[in-house]
Amino acid sequence: MMDRLSFRLVVAALALGVLMSTGAYAQQPLKIGLILPMTGPFASTGRQVTAAVKLYIAEHGDVVAGRKIEVLLRDDTNAPETTKRFAQELVTNDHAEILTGFGLTPLAFAAAPIATAAKVPMIVMSAGTLVIPEKSPYILRTSFTLPQQSAPIAAWATKHGINKVFTLVTDYAPGIDAETTFNNVFKANGGQIVGEARVPAQNPDYAPFIQRAKDAKPDALFVFVPSGEGAAVMKQFAERGLAKAGIKLIGPGDVTDDDILDSMGDAAIGTITSHFYSAAHPSAENKAYVAAIEKANPGMRPNFMSVGGWDGMELIYEVLKKTNGSTDGDKFIAAAKGLSWVSPRGKVTIDPRTRDIIQDVYMREVKRVSGHLYNVEFDQVASVAPDGK
Amino acid sequence: MLTVLFDGIASGALLFLLALGLSITLGIMNFVNLAHGAFAMSGGYVAVVLLNRWGVPFLYCLPVAFVVPALAGVVLERTLYVRLYNANPLDQVLFTIGIVFASMATASYFMGSQHQIIQVPPFLHGQFHVLAGFDIGIYRLFLLGLCGLIALFLHLVLMRTRFGSQLRAAVDNGRIARGLGINVNRLFAITFGMGSGLAGLGGALGIEILNLDPVFPVKFLVYFLIVVAVGGTGTVSGPLAAALILGIFDVAGKYYISQIGAFIIYAVMIVVLIWRPQGLFGRRAVH
Repeated sequence: MMDRLSFRLVVAALALGVLMSTGAYAQQPLKIGLILPMTGPFASTGRQVTAAVKLYIAEHGDVVAGRKIEVLLRDDTNAPETTKRFAQELVTNDHAEILTGFGLTPLAFAAAPIATAAKVPMIVMSAGTLVIPEKSPYILRTSFTLPQQSAPIAAWATKHGINKVFTLVTDYAPGIDAETTFNNVFKANGGQIVGEARVPAQNPDYAPFIQRAKDAKPDALFVFVPSGEGAAVMKQFAERGLAKAGIKLIGPGDVTDDDILDSMGDAAIGTITSHFYSAAHPSAENKAYVAAIEKANPGMRPNFMSVGGWDGMELIYEVLKKTNGSTDGDKFIAAAKGLSWVSPRGKVTIDPRTRDIIQDVYMREVKRVSGHLYNVEFDQVASVAPDGK
Repeated sequence: MLTVLFDGIASGALLFLLALGLSITLGIMNFVNLAHGAFAMSGGYVAVVLLNRWGVPFLYCLPVAFVVPALAGVVLERTLYVRLYNANPLDQVLFTIGIVFASMATASYFMGSQHQIIQVPPFLHGQFHVLAGFDIGIYRLFLLGLCGLIALFLHLVLMRTRFGSQLRAAVDNGRIARGLGINVNRLFAITFGMGSGLAGLGGALGIEILNLDPVFPVKFLVYFLIVVAVGGTGTVSGPLAAALILGIFDVAGKYYISQIGAFIIYAVMIVVLIWRPQGLFGRRAVH
């Protein structure tokens, strides 16, 4: 029965793909292929990034360096083979000159060979595994890397009386990245890891893992889960009384994702994370950004995925200005290297060596601010390299 | 250790509630209803809408989460399912999988495809401490109590009431039951509705523990089928035992050997089915 089920899923996916790939003939405008999970468990990433992309174009106009920008959105439903197929179709059939989006690491990995073969710039707006830019010389990244986000919290922890930590990560590349970086930095600073758990990426049930963490009696529980999963962790953390047992919740900021933070309830209060973006970041650029996103999408609070999408567009626009509208892969990448600008998150730079992003990482604590939960920044580490060093 | 056992039993109890309806339709009505999870999901979404949009207290949401899927079940049974009772299993599978896809698309259209988050009332929050190393989660205790009562109630209905004996008679031999004046169609509609309603209730209770999103019917279909395969069909005690075993092994597996935790249940299923191919309490086919 399951064989038939998966067969029918494939047929349905194919039908959907055929449906979505037809249309679009004119070649005049500069087409940007935006591939994101718009449905499925990581749809929040797709929603956040597309909202940012739309806002960017609305604010900056759809013509840059004399070329009209046209965004072709494709929903890969978080299936790597679909990402790859869309990337291929966008490049060959639709003549997209830039590929962007890429909600999760496996999806970015899947599209990388297409970027290499077609020499098309590929801008990763969301996925966070360190090695992604190594998968193709045409990859640039405007999101973050997990080593970059996990190293600061490890350094902070040992300075603030946290000596024993239990780590819990989702069992895929970014989770392993987060775990490895945290362990290395934490141990180098004299900390002790009292237990590790890797939770399957499909069908996660956090209860047994959090119970194990509690029974190991650490000072803190280090958690990485992908954007959107934080609430389920927080629930078990609260239900099992880890806070009462004196266990702090720490991690990179994915677990206190702004998109869902407010619905997590008081259980989230006191969580300490290190991350590059909080909707509560106190800068004029960010206040304007949060207000504009909210105005265009009532009820939406931008999260770190949103700002990755915004800066992806900023990067594309700035590079096109430098190349006079050329999207030739090698020229585009050369022009992007070393580019620097002020984003709602603070100052960011494209590392000329790795084509990855260098940015400030902030230490934040979840607090209730005028009735809503926010990651309130209390410290920062300036210009953290992609590998966290 | 005891906490793990308790959590396992609680998750088994939830699984029982979710899968029982499938066991009933498959065992009693000989109908392969793969869309069972869709009814569970609808119960979950009913609770989410009531709780989060209309502010109805959690405990009042539960009966509604039973009634709405139950009514939906009766309506669908009368209009669509009834046409396929005599069809071959492949047609039934194709039809019900179609319903699954329709329900998933409907759910993501109206509710979005993110996980739904609810806040249960404070008195169901937290754990209380029994012994060293044994903490009981209040919500799970509540779940366990409720499922126990429902199992007992259903068992009594099936074994001790006129309705139960009519139902068993209709299953054993529908033609003779009809000949004796039993309204078999009505019986089946009620049974189908009950099964769907229970799944809906399970879906609502499960929001806190399982993740409710539009792929729920597919994600948990495997679990439901394992419960039915291991427990055998047509009884209450079979799925109950199977669900408890599954819940305990699943939770314990993830706790003690987290690397392979997710696979333990499949190993358990294989072992049980090698030992008893008809399921734990299953009757050998008597057709």
